[in-house]
Amino acid sequence: MVMFENLKILFHQGKQFIPDPTTVQIPGIFRGRPYISGEKVDETELIELCPTDAISSNPISIDLGKCTFCGECAMRFPEKITFTKEYKIATNERDRLIIKEGENKPVEVNPETVRKEIHRVFGKSLKLRQISAGGDNSCEMELNAANNVQFDMSRYGIEFVASPRHADGIVITGPMTKNMAEAVQICYDAMPEPKIIVLVGTDAISGGIFADSPAIDRSFLGKYQIDLYIPGNPAHPLSIVNGLLDLTRKLK
Amino acid sequence: MNYISIKNNQTILLSDIPESNYEYFYEMITNLVVGRIERHCVNYFGYKVGNNVKLICCIADDLTHEIFLSTCLVNKAHELESFSSQLLCFEKFEREIHENFGINYIDHPWLKPVRYANRDDQSQTINNYPFFSINSEELHEVGVGPIHAGIIEPGHFRFICNGEQILHLEIQLGYQHKGVEQLFLKKKKLLQRATLAEGIAGDTVVGHSVTFAHVWESLCDFEASRDIEFARTLALELERIAVHVGDLSAACTDVAYQLGSAVFGRLRTPIINFLQEWCGNRLAKGLVRPGQNQFPFSPVLAERLKHILDIFEPEFKEMAEKLFTLSSALSRFERTGIVSNDDAVKIGAVGMAARMTNLDRDIRSSHPFSLYSELNHEPILKRHGDVYSRIQIRRKEVEQSLKYIRKLIANVPTIYSENKISKEPQSNSFCLSLVEGWRGEICHCALTDRKGDLMIYKIKDPSFHNWLALALAVRNNEISDFPICNKSFNLSYSGHDL
Repeated sequence: MVMFENLKILFHQGKQFIPDPTTVQIPGIFRGRPYISGEKVDETELIELCPTDAISSNPISIDLGKCTFCGECAMRFPEKITFTKEYKIATNERDRLIIKEGENKPVEVNPETVRKEIHRVFGKSLKLRQISAGGDNSCEMELNAANNVQFDMSRYGIEFVASPRHADGIVITGPMTKNMAEAVQICYDAMPEPKIIVLVGTDAISGGIFADSPAIDRSFLGKYQIDLYIPGNPAHPLSIVNGLLDLTRKLK
Repeated sequence: MNYISIKNNQTILLSDIPESNYEYFYEMITNLVVGRIERHCVNYFGYKVGNNVKLICCIADDLTHEIFLSTCLVNKAHELESFSSQLLCFEKFEREIHENFGINYIDHPWLKPVRYANRDDQSQTINNYPFFSINSEELHEVGVGPIHAGIIEPGHFRFICNGEQILHLEIQLGYQHKGVEQLFLKKKKLLQRATLAEGIAGDTVVGHSVTFAHVWESLCDFEASRDIEFARTLALELERIAVHVGDLSAACTDVAYQLGSAVFGRLRTPIINFLQEWCGNRLAKGLVRPGQNQFPFSPVLAERLKHILDIFEPEFKEMAEKLFTLSSALSRFERTGIVSNDDAVKIGAVGMAARMTNLDRDIRSSHPFSLYSELNHEPILKRHGDVYSRIQIRRKEVEQSLKYIRKLIANVPTIYSENKISKEPQSNSFCLSLVEGWRGEICHCALTDRKGDLMIYKIKDPSFHNWLALALAVRNNEISDFPICNKSFNLSYSGHDL
């Protein structure tokens, strides 16, 4: 009887998983990779508008590592800036997060600069330890969502584990608070080599709106090579899944 | 009596708040609160005035819908009598005042650090915090955190156990402290401040950003039009559904009920995906802005939402029906992690943590804002204060929110006001705003200087009160029941640490 009820629930739920998270379209409005046209606008006003100084001039560009994806610039200057629904915005090079005027090419991992052991060792299985270092729980929830029945990242052998001893890398969210600095270092040191560092969300990549807070200590990030940047505020589960796949699966 | 009474979202001149000496202040506040369960402290904080510290105490009265304000100027050199010795609900507020200004209390039960922010003594760090310890051969300690086993924010839990049984739990937070309140003053652009409000707690984006919007609009003497408040009310209820459903999933995970975990987990998705269809962000970042309706809620969206809810509702009800009749799950929920009504009153619990013990605290009915006065909100109360009560409240509140949303979208405002905030914030003023987020009462206070610039911005997440409820709930429980106790509260680390 119990089994029959369970089956009924399962039947009513139907198929929930996204068959291919690498090609699926996001419905409604979504602010993904921006496109900046060649249109002439008041540059000072545009730059002044941004809450996190993500926009710079000569040429006009948006740094996705600083952008909070609030969309204010696109609302004020719709002829200049549009946010496309492209969710593949993760890369291994910090420079590639800067979108310049007129550029309309994907943001992706550069296989030439990915450490060579990553593809060989983690290409079929990747276990990650997540650390929230001042994160507001939004990126944390989206990382959890990446593993739910819809996005189902574990279908690719990418999973989160409890112990750093079992992990192949750390995923950091949040602007890196002073009070978490020691814990992050201990966790990183506890992981066996080879290991990767992934930064998820604007706060982790640049500090975001908290960048100049005195309660922040980002010195840890200066010590090591960052293997993947996944922008977003918070990063969309599709950006997370595709970013990790791009890093570990792409061949030269 | 030396206090002034205001309403939710009211701005008054700072000089209108009566000041008294500490002795009088102490007696008045205790008289206001002792034995009056309809009154509790919504915020109590200090700020520097020269070499002295000015304390502002805000007491809300749920029956008369008033908030009583009173101030007191104290000197750091003098040790003060603490409210906490009589009213435990002040313990964390006083610890914060001690931490930020070095004010000492004579009879405070435990002046332990709140979040290691702006400490006078820099040699004390969160890493060398001396945890409470009991010297005994029969007891052992279990330390958990700051990094936990799942994808979750950091905090340290130190258990003292007798075998499998928890004798005492000490919760030390502060790892998430990123200086939000200071940044509110440093960042001058309104958009920056709105962004900060969204970052207070990423699971309560709507709650905190609506509170900030209310504060700002009140300071600028701007009355939000119906379409703006409509969108906010709707978003608050959608956020409540999304998180409550997610929490039901997590509760199932913690008692190893796979089907409930997967089904509730996936039922959260259509709700947050709708938020993204509406405003471009799954957690509604960017949706709420002071004085603006950036994403007007159109009748087309209403049709779409109705369609989503028509599918969501029977699926949710079917799963809930199953979970709430499943004896193996119920045996883990019932009589686990109990907080008594007495204790909830003592510690000043708010939101669900109060309502689970039959303590009626819900800002939606006691200090209504946005469109809640039209919805005639009746808080959902439970009596037992255990995990089961907390989970039942979630189920009932999801059903209640569904009802409210259907009522709201049956009558979507079609006139979008073009009015913008035209005035600057009033100078030398004080504003207090209360909003019932999904977790409970959110309180933001703003003080402006003589130029109308923000001088103090004080944020209080419901978790600030409720973490102590978790510490009390787990006493005498098996340590293996800690995860389900913790998840049934689902308190914010980020909102607490700021």
